[in-house]
Amino acid sequence: MSTKTKPETATPSNHITGSEAVVRCLLEEGVDLIFGYPGGAIMPVYDELYKYSDQIHHVLVRHEQGATHAAQGYARSSGRVGACIATSGPGATNLVTGIADAMIDSTPMVCITGQVPKHLLGSDAFQETDVMGITIPITKWSFQITEASEIPEVFAKAFYIAKSGRPGPVVIDITKNAQFGKLDYQYEHCEVVKTYVSRPEIGKNELQEAADLINSAERPYILFGQGVILSEAEEELKSLVEKAGIPAAWTILGLSAMNTDHPLNVGMLGMHGNYGPNVMINECDVMIAIGMRFDDRVTGNLDKFAKQAKVIHLEIDRAEIDKNVKTDVALVGDAKEVLSLLTPLVNTNTHESWHQRFKECDVMEFDKVIRNECDPTEGMMTMGEVIKNINQHTHGEAIIVTDVGQHQMVACRYAEFKQTKSNITSGGLGTMGFGLPAAIGAKLGAPDRQVIAVVGDGGIQMTIEELGVILQTDVHVKIVLLNNEFLGMVRQWQQLFFDKRYSATEMINPDFQKIAEAYKIEAKRIDDRADLDKSIEDMLNHDGAYFLEVMVGKENNVFPMVPSGAGVSEIRLE
Amino acid sequence: MPQQITIAVFSENKAGLLHRVTTSFTRRKINIESLTASQSEIPGIHRYTIVVEITPADADKLVHALEKQVDIQKAFWYANEEIIYREIALYKIRAEAMKDGSPLLEVVDRHHARILSVEKEFTVIQKTGRREATTQLFEELEPYGILEFVRSGRVAISRPMKELKDYLSELKVSSLR
Ligand SMILES: Cc1cc2nc3c(=O)[nH]c(=O)nc-3n(C[C@H](O)[C@H](O)[C@H](O)COP(=O)(O)OP(=O)(O)OC[C@H]3O[C@@H](n4cnc5c(N)ncnc54)[C@H](O)[C@@H]3O)c2cc1C
Ligand SMILES: Cc1ncc(C[n+]2csc(CCOP(=O)(O)OP(=O)(O)O)c2C)c(N)n1
Ligand SMILES: [Mg+2]
Repeated sequence: MSTKTKPETATPSNHITGSEAVVRCLLEEGVDLIFGYPGGAIMPVYDELYKYSDQIHHVLVRHEQGATHAAQGYARSSGRVGACIATSGPGATNLVTGIADAMIDSTPMVCITGQVPKHLLGSDAFQETDVMGITIPITKWSFQITEASEIPEVFAKAFYIAKSGRPGPVVIDITKNAQFGKLDYQYEHCEVVKTYVSRPEIGKNELQEAADLINSAERPYILFGQGVILSEAEEELKSLVEKAGIPAAWTILGLSAMNTDHPLNVGMLGMHGNYGPNVMINECDVMIAIGMRFDDRVTGNLDKFAKQAKVIHLEIDRAEIDKNVKTDVALVGDAKEVLSLLTPLVNTNTHESWHQRFKECDVMEFDKVIRNECDPTEGMMTMGEVIKNINQHTHGEAIIVTDVGQHQMVACRYAEFKQTKSNITSGGLGTMGFGLPAAIGAKLGAPDRQVIAVVGDGGIQMTIEELGVILQTDVHVKIVLLNNEFLGMVRQWQQLFFDKRYSATEMINPDFQKIAEAYKIEAKRIDDRADLDKSIEDMLNHDGAYFLEVMVGKENNVFPMVPSGAGVSEIRLE
Repeated sequence: MPQQITIAVFSENKAGLLHRVTTSFTRRKINIESLTASQSEIPGIHRYTIVVEITPADADKLVHALEKQVDIQKAFWYANEEIIYREIALYKIRAEAMKDGSPLLEVVDRHHARILSVEKEFTVIQKTGRREATTQLFEELEPYGILEFVRSGRVAISRPMKELKDYLSELKVSSLR
């Protein structure tokens, strides 16, 4: 080593440690925010995060599961890759639920875990756990780095894989020796992986076949999902819908990809979706599924699902074609690309009388369900009237993050949206505890937007420790706790299908006000309808985080409902 | 109806990949009857040959699920008529059972098996063929005492003339994101 005097403007050396390389790779990928929790096997990287703290903001969560959900919320509100970091052993295993959640909901996320030094792998060393073995089934891709020199290439590949094609979570496990080791750092972004097709080529014949089917249809029906949001194809979807005059329904993860009040948006599909959108599945003649995967919560009994219809399925993932619903025309490709090629081929149309059918169903649903849920005048407050009131104050401009349960279904049914990427919920895994940390991440991913977490009394207690992040990082999320003192969704099933045997669903809850107060978060609890409007207004106007607990009816149910095992036409309004 | 299906998976040879391949089966509760890993005709491309008992419809889904794994290049499934396939079996027999004039020699001959190795205390017989053939030989050798038996997984060659290279060049990628 020479001891010459340093030049005035020191460019950073490229002969650096693995741990510094990790941080510089993150910067190369545009990561300026990372959620995590330190520990022995990842300490070298934390030391670098300290040195680079002016460029990367590390958010200290209170449990690693919170880091994953926060990264998910961040990814879904911003459209960027969420990043999180944890130590080996228990740190890594605490990530598992969030990784599985990101996998099933196609959320781009990169998780970094520390690992024992290479020479101790397999020796049952302190906090050693087989992170690769555990996470392989729940990741889009994973890699264990055991040499510092591998770091740049693996990181580049990880970010590319996480965000391209059908997005998903990636795990990078880094042994401690690789963090301490030196390398000659050089970074090149990854643009192709030989064995992986991120954007399938679109078939010209299929496009024409799809257009012909749509043009000949009398009762065409679009079902769209999260693929539209992931592809940023909102405008393209709208063009198709408007040009061809096709009613369009969203899945829960497709919520907000179109404006709620768009005249051709007919509402929500699925078990707790709207009446018309479910019933019309068995009346349409051509079904056009766009960026949705026919989840069983959407289809109900597959033997009673759209048997009369010709099905067009637009999907980026070939494995989804014919997986659940047999397709007549498969459009394998990116939604934005395919839609922009398809719309010019379809004829202008209006399908007036067909729309009318949806409207008739809407009237029935309003009379039997919505009026009572959203405009009750007596009894305990309902979840629906709380969501309706939020709409009135936010005018559909807020991001709504939900936990899992009845409150989730009610929020998804009634929240109104005027912007895309505004509904963030755990769909495929249905992870209780998702809501609070995901809302924190969503707010950090979209700091200029109002972010409202709608949570249940059960779910919030699964990750309530993340209130500590609000305290330490000052994240201005608004938390609306819909407290029914029950694990309501399970209780509803017990009432309907298990003769009201409320096995382990009644909750003796803590004083949430005191908990919020302990974390220095402004809090209020209401149980009188008369206080609702003012409380929501105060919450939204408050310059900071806010915790509003609303006591709602204990034994209210979410309707409509497609009972499990039933067909979508057998949807119950009461 | 479930039937015997042979799945060929082509990938780069990477640590952890076998786990990714097998979890695609285990998570669907598909039992792997045999699995063989080897190189393929293309340098750097590895091949797994996996035998399972499933329906053709499930085979379609499984192959697509395998193919979508980032490190897997291509996967195919074949019914038995579409492939030429063999297994190899080795049988270890006590030396005394093989002494001159033993009827065993005739058995080995009739089965087109061959004597792979003659050692002081034992002899190793090798038989290449389908499962039924190696099993048949096993049954005929059993009365003479089999000290050790092993059978490989299936190896299979497809009948269609299209080469893997052609499939791979078909995997065109449009604009990259
Ligand atoms: C208690 C509970 C109740 C539920 N009830 C309902 C219900 O009533 N209704 C409902 O809809 N859901 C319900 N869900 C959610 C449900 O389980 C599924 O998560 C949801 O239906 C999936 O929606 P999706 O198919 O749009 O999204 P995803 O599961 O995210 O699928 C998106 C699809 O788009 C594809 N894609 C991704 N990128 C692109 C691209 N660029 N171009 C084209 N395609 C792309 C993906 O490959 C994937 O197949 C419920 C969940 C819970 C927890
Ligand atoms: C981690 C986890 N455990 C269990 C469940 C099963 N589950 C689904 S909804 C629900 C009840 C949720 O109760 P709460 O948070 O109070 O919401 P509510 O339904 O009352 O609105 C339960 C237990 C789950 N989805 N996730
Ligand atoms: Mg509850």
